Amino acid sequence: MSSSNLQLEAPLDPAFKVERRTATGRGDLLEVSMGPQHPSTHGVFRMDVVLDGERVTKLKPVFGYLHRNHEKIAENTTYLGSMPYTDRLDYFCSLTNNWAYALTVEKLAGLQPPERAEYIRVITAEFTRLQNHVCLIGFLLQDMGASGTPLMYAFREREAILDLFESLTGARMMCNYMRFGGCRVDLPSGWLDQASKVVDRFPRFLDEFDRLISGNEILAARTQGVGVLPRELAVSASVTGPVLRASGVNYDIRKVDKYGIYDRFSFRVPLGDHGDVYDRYMVRVLEMHESLAILKSALRDIPPGPIMDPKAKLRSFKPKAGEAYGRIESAKGELGFYVISDGSANPYRYRVRPPSLINLTVLEDMCVGHTVADAVIILGSIDIVLGEVDR
Amino acid sequence: MLGTGLIKGMAETARNFVGSFLEEDRLTTVEYPEERIPAKEAARSFPFLVFDGDDAEKGLRCVACQICEKECPPQCIFILKDTAKKPDFVGKMQFQPKVFDIDVSVCMSCQICVEVCPFEAIKMDVDFELSRFDRFEGLLIHKDELSKPNSYFRKIHPTDAAAVDANLAAEKAKAEAKAVADAAAKAKAASAAAAGLAAPAKPAAAAPPPPPTPADPILKSASSSTAGPGLAETGSGKTHAPAHGS
Amino acid sequence: MIEWADQIFVLLKREILLLVPVALQPLASILLSVGPIMGVFATLFAATTVLERKGLGRIQNRLGPNRVGPFGLLQPLADGIKAIIKEDVVPYRTDRVLHTLAPILIMVAALLAYSVLPLGRNMVALDLDAGVLFFFAAGATTELAIFMAGWSSRNKYALLGAMRAIAQMISYEIPLILSTVGVLMAAGTLSTTGIVEAQSGYSGLFPNWYVLTPWGFAGFFLFLIAATAEANRSPFDLPEGESELVAGYFTEYSGFKFAMFFFGEYLGLFAANALAITLFLGGWNAPLQILDWVPSYLWFFAKLLFLIGLSIWVRGTTPRLRADQLMNFAWKFMLPMSLVNILASGLWRFTGDGVLGWLVCGSLVAGSYYALGLNLAPKNAVTKRIYRFAT
Repeated sequence: MSSSNLQLEAPLDPAFKVERRTATGRGDLLEVSMGPQHPSTHGVFRMDVVLDGERVTKLKPVFGYLHRNHEKIAENTTYLGSMPYTDRLDYFCSLTNNWAYALTVEKLAGLQPPERAEYIRVITAEFTRLQNHVCLIGFLLQDMGASGTPLMYAFREREAILDLFESLTGARMMCNYMRFGGCRVDLPSGWLDQASKVVDRFPRFLDEFDRLISGNEILAARTQGVGVLPRELAVSASVTGPVLRASGVNYDIRKVDKYGIYDRFSFRVPLGDHGDVYDRYMVRVLEMHESLAILKSALRDIPPGPIMDPKAKLRSFKPKAGEAYGRIESAKGELGFYVISDGSANPYRYRVRPPSLINLTVLEDMCVGHTVADAVIILGSIDIVLGEVDR
Repeated sequence: MLGTGLIKGMAETARNFVGSFLEEDRLTTVEYPEERIPAKEAARSFPFLVFDGDDAEKGLRCVACQICEKECPPQCIFILKDTAKKPDFVGKMQFQPKVFDIDVSVCMSCQICVEVCPFEAIKMDVDFELSRFDRFEGLLIHKDELSKPNSYFRKIHPTDAAAVDANLAAEKAKAEAKAVADAAAKAKAASAAAAGLAAPAKPAAAAPPPPPTPADPILKSASSSTAGPGLAETGSGKTHAPAHGS
Repeated sequence: MIEWADQIFVLLKREILLLVPVALQPLASILLSVGPIMGVFATLFAATTVLERKGLGRIQNRLGPNRVGPFGLLQPLADGIKAIIKEDVVPYRTDRVLHTLAPILIMVAALLAYSVLPLGRNMVALDLDAGVLFFFAAGATTELAIFMAGWSSRNKYALLGAMRAIAQMISYEIPLILSTVGVLMAAGTLSTTGIVEAQSGYSGLFPNWYVLTPWGFAGFFLFLIAATAEANRSPFDLPEGESELVAGYFTEYSGFKFAMFFFGEYLGLFAANALAITLFLGGWNAPLQILDWVPSYLWFFAKLLFLIGLSIWVRGTTPRLRADQLMNFAWKFMLPMSLVNILASGLWRFTGDGVLGWLVCGSLVAGSYYALGLNLAPKNAVTKRIYRFAT
């Protein structure tokens, strides 16, 4: 991220240094390899932790178990051919991944999606954010040991959103919906009514969740003051998304870049002051409320019209030589694609900036000094998807 | 006070416990083999080949152009061209695939083959129960199994199929009109009689039966964009009243 | 007729014993007591697993198991067959003797505790004068079994789980026992049958149960919480800690040994709940005088099922505590609270059960609950956080 975009309310402390708490040296240390097969590492992720009793004194994240060579494969397929692969990056948010990639290639090829397509993109992206955050808080509580109840409620609500995706794109998770210069198909008839119904029903779930867990003493005890990410560290490690905002930095690419048509919607960006797990949880809950506001106005205002830029081509698509970096605010943070074209049908260079991976780099700093049980929920609060981390 | 949050949470779980017996939208489980959700129209599983008429060999729309083979991201399609040409639905002589295999264990159901096909020959199926006992040969699906009649396509994707049929019919009409016009032009060249005036009237009579359902503009746009961006701009809601109701 | 229905099992045993030669009568008497206990509680275990899965399912808006038999009622049978035919994997470097003994010991220890529980009028296997003491002595043996399992597995997760289990169970043993002291003082006996007798009879509409006094009410909940911790149930399931320690001390167990651990754990839960019924809920006494005709053992099992349902309900709601918070809770809340409770039960003796008693004891218990609850909250915890919004 370029620093010019980042407007801090207070200057960063130049004397800030990461304090690495080390072993207390009271006894023998226990080295545990948590993962890659572990119930709560969210996939095939490994944490090599050194424990002093139950306290983590050292933590080494090890990833790459799910490496699929996505970037190299993309250099060997056509521009369009990479689109379905982007679904599989962060498999919770295929539609935002699609958008980020389409945005980049549109920059490269000079395409401009029509207005209706932009509205559809905003609607689907906000739905994606909703279902991602819903699942995340479900998983977080599952990591905390709630025996499935919050997760099941979360999945119940996600189901309705996935049904919407299916009736629009044909697939529930691997949507492969956006195209360079627009969207693949128009909304089927009745889709908008169905979507409004889902949006109207959603606050009921949020309230229910609030009653179920937000006031829970155990949740507060487990999360408040745990895994604090200082503002300075968050900024210097390029952490983005809700994790950064929970540390109190106002940085949301929807506001900074105003990509798509986000400048037309009025929404607020929730910020936390403590930067602990509880703030990350609450920031996401509040973000869902804001997403609902965006969805409401987008569903109301969506205009008729075409959904594809007339200049767009499907077959033999060859953007002129050049490079482009496109980024969006995905549910997990800044998702960027960097594509270099040499004028042929395949990109010359293709690179993904996955938010999960970059956010994961501060894991050790957050975990050291806390217990194993905390390390698990801190990892859960970062919201990683291994498909995106390992690519 | 200690415990109030817990008690609130327990009240909520109790409400859900009771609600799962009473409210439909709380208990969303569908017990799969006995109950099924009706397939969504846009749903997709794996590709199949469409043929017209009754004979899979003769009516196959695929002309073995191999565009899908090239565009397929995971490269799961294998096509071998036949040497002999056969007439297609317009009557033009075209190649046909001798071998057309799709490895469904590799296929990722992305629908790109459908989008790039210029001949409306490959479409997405909705059948997802494809488990086989043999995971190597069994999941390599051959042409004879892939070929499914147009009536099946109409059944699983009615709006899409209607638009495709309309397009094809229009194309066929155009081609026939052109053929007739060509013939007429030839005839005109041969004998400079009033044959040229009769020509435009003929294709209407020679045109195939009209498409099964009148093409709704929205539905048409939904399907036509699958046929390529060139067509997408045509119907995308110049008359869009129902789509953006609320 | 009512008398006969109530005493049918006692009479049956007497009749059968008369058929046996005198020399063998003591042995036969033991078998006739032990056999039914094992049979009944094994059945209850099977019923509870299906009840728990179905109940949790409904709490989570799912159906729960419904494939084996009508309404999934034969599910435990399928589970049992699966457990038996599964391979019994014993890792290479384990201590084989301890590894095999641990699941047997946990069952033996849990079953021993049943010998002093009065399941109905005149239905107690071993009417010891120090029955309550025997119960705690036998129950404490499970700690040994758990540590054997964790230590012999030579697995880091198992070791961590065993460490947690020992710390947790020893800490909660103290409030568990202290919370019963009030009852022992009021009843003036350590015999379980004596305690039940002391609670028989009715004053007005209400039965003379100890739970219907301020100190008994507090003691009942203290006992239940401590018993939940002793039985490693959610929210105190840290020794298993699925999301942190995979399966805790039985990580390396599979097949039938795993099932035995499961069985032992549930037997421990039933035993603790049964003792809670004996001490606080009037044992096998009917709650209303007009319902006195219902056989006593039915009342006992009805109360037991109620408590099991309560623990399923709690499990479906709460996340898990962290190890240090668990200790804090035991030593900073449970222990002082149970000490205050003993004081309250002593005062009750002098104030009587009139308005004065309720006022004095009730305010003592409620006040100390409130004060200790405040003390338990972390110093920096904010109950209601305010979030900023950037626009």
